[in-house]
Amino acid sequence: MPKRVETIVLHDSSTPILGDVQKGGNVVVTSLETLVSQARANSLWPLTFGLACCAIEMMSTAGSRFDIARFGSEAFRATPRQADVMIIAGRLSKKMAPVLRQIYDQMPEPKWVISMGACASSGGVYNNYAIVQGADQVVPVDVYVPGCPPSPDALIYGIMKLQDKIKRGSARNLHDLRLIEVNARDMSTEAV
Amino acid sequence: MEIFRDVVKPLMAGFGITRRRLMHEKVTIQYPEVKREQFARTRWRHVLTRYDSGLERCIGCSLCAGACPARCIYVQAAENTDEARFSPGERYAARYEINMLRCIFCGYCQEACPTGAIVLRNDFELANYQREDFIYTKEMLLEPRKPVEA
Repeated sequence: MPKRVETIVLHDSSTPILGDVQKGGNVVVTSLETLVSQARANSLWPLTFGLACCAIEMMSTAGSRFDIARFGSEAFRATPRQADVMIIAGRLSKKMAPVLRQIYDQMPEPKWVISMGACASSGGVYNNYAIVQGADQVVPVDVYVPGCPPSPDALIYGIMKLQDKIKRGSARNLHDLRLIEVNARDMSTEAV
Repeated sequence: MEIFRDVVKPLMAGFGITRRRLMHEKVTIQYPEVKREQFARTRWRHVLTRYDSGLERCIGCSLCAGACPARCIYVQAAENTDEARFSPGERYAARYEINMLRCIFCGYCQEACPTGAIVLRNDFELANYQREDFIYTKEMLLEPRKPVEA
């Protein structure tokens, strides 16, 4: 007697979330984009970019107690050429900003940015001349994780949010990163 | 016998550590399914509390905004009237906004609050996609009314 199975049916990319479960079928239909974004979402390799105390929590996330490897992100790469996601952990000083931008540019597409902690996301308590008030002035940020510092589980929640976003696929286009970059440049010329 | 002393014995000692680790209790917290127990005074997402009667504790005094080192709290007070009564005192917070990206969860607002209106609870799942999503308004922060006991 054939086994009655529940099969996950993946629709094309116009469907926002990974498809619904239909009973009885045993055929998986999907688009290549959905499949590729699934693979991308579950093998995010972070770039080690610890700038301050948040990096301690980021390292703790990689440790065995919280174990980011469960999400396919255990390989923290020391070179941007092998990384998918940049976790900006800590306050971004104005002197560091061009370095951050260069490293971001060196990362291969597709790439994502998690802004970890209050300082990276908005400047936090450091509302002064030395600190960039939000890393999104320099690079397009996909997920903001508030906290000072965010606990490892809060960071993992942020990574899960990023995975959701990647799995949705077209959300990246909705965000339209290039448009945001152009705006940031316009703002900087106004300041000059 | 030198081979035993120089090679086999250190190898055995090394694998001994591996063996002990295998016996060891598993330390990983399976986070999305299992949440770890937070410490008693964990400070995460703010909540504006109510009295048992359903009235808001916040009286719109802005002491929390004054105590905030990150200047992330905005309070706009308004007068209570008999028709529209929100809090027991004269005034209530008409607008109460916290910028969660600025906030460093130090808990000074909680310390400064004379009525114990703002407390930091342990909901840490705050990550989001857009900057605009982090301005938490009074409606988001305010504790829901307790259901009236029948």
